[in-house]
Amino acid sequence: MGVTAGKDGLLYKRLKEVIDEKKNLQDPLIEVLREAQDIFGFLPIEVQEFVASELGLPIAEVYGVVTFYNFFSMVPQGKHIINVCTGTACYVKGADRIIKMMEEELGVKLGETTKDNLFTLSSVRCVGACSLAPVFVIGEDTYGRVDSRTKLVAILDKYRQ
Amino acid sequence: MSINRTDVLLCCGSGCVSAGSLKVKEKMVEQLAKHGLTDEINIIETGCMGPCDYGPVMMVYPEGVFYKKVTPEDVPELVEEHFVKGRPLHRLMIQEGNKVIANKEDIPFYKKQVKVALENCGYINPEKIEEYIAVGGYEALGVALTEKTPQDAIDVIKNSGLRGRGGGGFPTGLKWQFVHDAEGSPKYVVCNGDEGDPGAFMDRSLLEGDPHRVLEGMMLAGYATGASEGFFYIRAEYPLAIRRIRNAIKQAREYGLIGKNIMGTEFCFDAEVRTGAGAFVCGEETALIKSIEGRRGQPIPKPPFPANRGLRENPTLVNNVETLGNIPTIFRKGAEWFAGMGIETSRGTKVFALTGDVKNTGLVEVPMGITLRELIYDVGGGMADGKKFKAVQLGGPSGGCLTEQHLDCSIDYETLKNLGAMVGSGGVIVMADNNCMVNVAKFFLEFSMEESCGKCTPCRVGLKMMHTILDRICQGKGQEGDVEELERLGETIKQTSLCGLGQTAPNPVLSTLRYFRHEYEEHLEKKSCSTCTCLNLMHFEIDKEKCIGCSLCARKCPVSCITGSREEKFTIAQDPCVKCGNCFEVCPVKAVQKLPGMAELTAVNSSFSSLYE
Ligand SMILES: Cc1cc2nc3c(=O)[nH]c(=O)nc-3n(C[C@H](O)[C@H](O)[C@H](O)COP(=O)(O)O)c2cc1C
Ligand code: FES
Repeated sequence: MGVTAGKDGLLYKRLKEVIDEKKNLQDPLIEVLREAQDIFGFLPIEVQEFVASELGLPIAEVYGVVTFYNFFSMVPQGKHIINVCTGTACYVKGADRIIKMMEEELGVKLGETTKDNLFTLSSVRCVGACSLAPVFVIGEDTYGRVDSRTKLVAILDKYRQ
Repeated sequence: MSINRTDVLLCCGSGCVSAGSLKVKEKMVEQLAKHGLTDEINIIETGCMGPCDYGPVMMVYPEGVFYKKVTPEDVPELVEEHFVKGRPLHRLMIQEGNKVIANKEDIPFYKKQVKVALENCGYINPEKIEEYIAVGGYEALGVALTEKTPQDAIDVIKNSGLRGRGGGGFPTGLKWQFVHDAEGSPKYVVCNGDEGDPGAFMDRSLLEGDPHRVLEGMMLAGYATGASEGFFYIRAEYPLAIRRIRNAIKQAREYGLIGKNIMGTEFCFDAEVRTGAGAFVCGEETALIKSIEGRRGQPIPKPPFPANRGLRENPTLVNNVETLGNIPTIFRKGAEWFAGMGIETSRGTKVFALTGDVKNTGLVEVPMGITLRELIYDVGGGMADGKKFKAVQLGGPSGGCLTEQHLDCSIDYETLKNLGAMVGSGGVIVMADNNCMVNVAKFFLEFSMEESCGKCTPCRVGLKMMHTILDRICQGKGQEGDVEELERLGETIKQTSLCGLGQTAPNPVLSTLRYFRHEYEEHLEKKSCSTCTCLNLMHFEIDKEKCIGCSLCARKCPVSCITGSREEKFTIAQDPCVKCGNCFEVCPVKAVQKLPGMAELTAVNSSFSSLYE
């Protein structure tokens, strides 16, 4: 495959290793796509084609799975993904205010990525830390009860360094 | 186990970790070393202890002292006082009035709780199988494998009266029987850890805090039903839970507790983890099975039920995390013991995630049949910040909102269902009187609408239509007959949808229509939202008496609709106002007020707003 050459060659090589390792699992598609997204940061059509041909699946099936699940993205994501929780507990405790502050601080709307590719602002329905509502997650770090803009900016700054 | 003088159980559940418990641990290690106590004091990282609101929390044994809201800055004093001088540090203990509560058992939050599934959560290190075994873990499995036939095992669960904790409340023993009796092999056990209800975190806490218990429950289920392979389906948002279960499986394998010929018997069982990828509908069992098969998680009509034709067309048992978590204890303590708790149709205990405007938010486990009032006021400590109770939401997007008048109703499957709510997975969200119920209904509907898989028309199109109507009501553009249309659509969607998502999605709307109809009517007829939540049905005004003329609001207004001077004070021109709320936030003297009703109306009839005081 042509794509395995060039600057992405290394990434494809890693993906190939992952696929070889998981190939013998029963029904490995979702697990493979998850790893692929880890490697590439997102799932462009070329990557989906690569996965489809390696696993011997129709591309339509791979595409169908990618578009069904919220977790998969077909557009590039920022280095840090900010997920503001919009679950019920957070809704009651003012998740909309967190979103508004985030949008203002980052200068992007929900679902967008900042120009410097540092942050993608998105939302998630409950991360299971409801007693700390309102909650947001950056990468794997959870932040709760952020009630002022100063605190929020301080947190964002940590990731800006 | 350790021979240390003292054990410090430090809660490392998700709540406490976000509140900083790992930093507390670091500081503890450093300070204990400084005092040369490292070998005497054992710090154990446990799963969620429950009172997340007090986080980070810790318990010190053998004394049994409970400390709350411990910060790294507190640690030097804590170590000096408690561990060097042997004096509990009152400042960090829970106080009632001016009395310090020394024992965990006396804390009101714990008094009415009975821990079964959460028995070990907060007591043991979830990453060590030795600790689970030390408190009786895997004993039930050993006894069952060597002394009970699969049918005996099924009968234990049947007699216990345990019902599914994942929402449906289906009798667990009966489901096991179906899978046991079904033809086909291999059979599978699937643990449903998708926990989609936004506002619930008990499955997460159990998986993180006591993973071996869930694994043991799964193996017992496997033995009883004749399954040889298990899958944990855990949502991607719970990375720690995924790691902990993987670790538990690995350790069990090292101990020969999972794999071939377990404990020298004929029984062979293996388990693996599959992760969800962010789709609520995948919590539905047939969709979940599709997702494990690596496909789009779309439900299929039932019957056939998974018990007969599930994963890879073979008989499959799908049980919730908490359901499986109850199993080992039921085997150890007996069906009668379990059935002795709760009421007639709902036996045992249930874990609830208590959140919202309640004082003690957190994870609680109470006997079935206690009242909502006991749950919210005794365990939960009542309303937070002196707010006024308005509603309690149970059952997430499939459930409903109940009111003050229901507070004395018992929490059990039937009662709640008849009232239009449900036990559901166990999310309990308490709402104060600043919540607009029309907006709450819209919130849930929006959730279900977004999460609809789109396979069946009533759910895909019907929910959208309901949402359009709710949206226009909140915009102040509601039309005559909207309420009736919502009811008609809701009933139709319930009856005609393919899976449980659509069949229950109208519930939040229908239940608020039932108990808060006046709020809908107020939005429709008076064009007013008394909680000032719906922006088109409220407006901002500046109280001239309070205004000090500092002009901060005018400077922060994005559309320059605030004018005035130090002498004249400031006023908001209602027409151009976009209701961003900046003025409300920045006013140093709280002169900017939110008032219900549309602005034009107040101009015509200035006494209108006083109707809602
Ligand atoms: C839309 C929808 C979402 C569901 N989400 C979950 C869930 O997150 N966790 C769960 O255990 N059960 C969920 N269920 C219920 C499952 O379909 C199934 O009944 C349950 O896992 C059976 O386990 P139990 O008998 O132990 O409760 C959901 C059902 C529907 C219709
Ligand atoms: S609702 Fe936000 S963490 Fe649960």
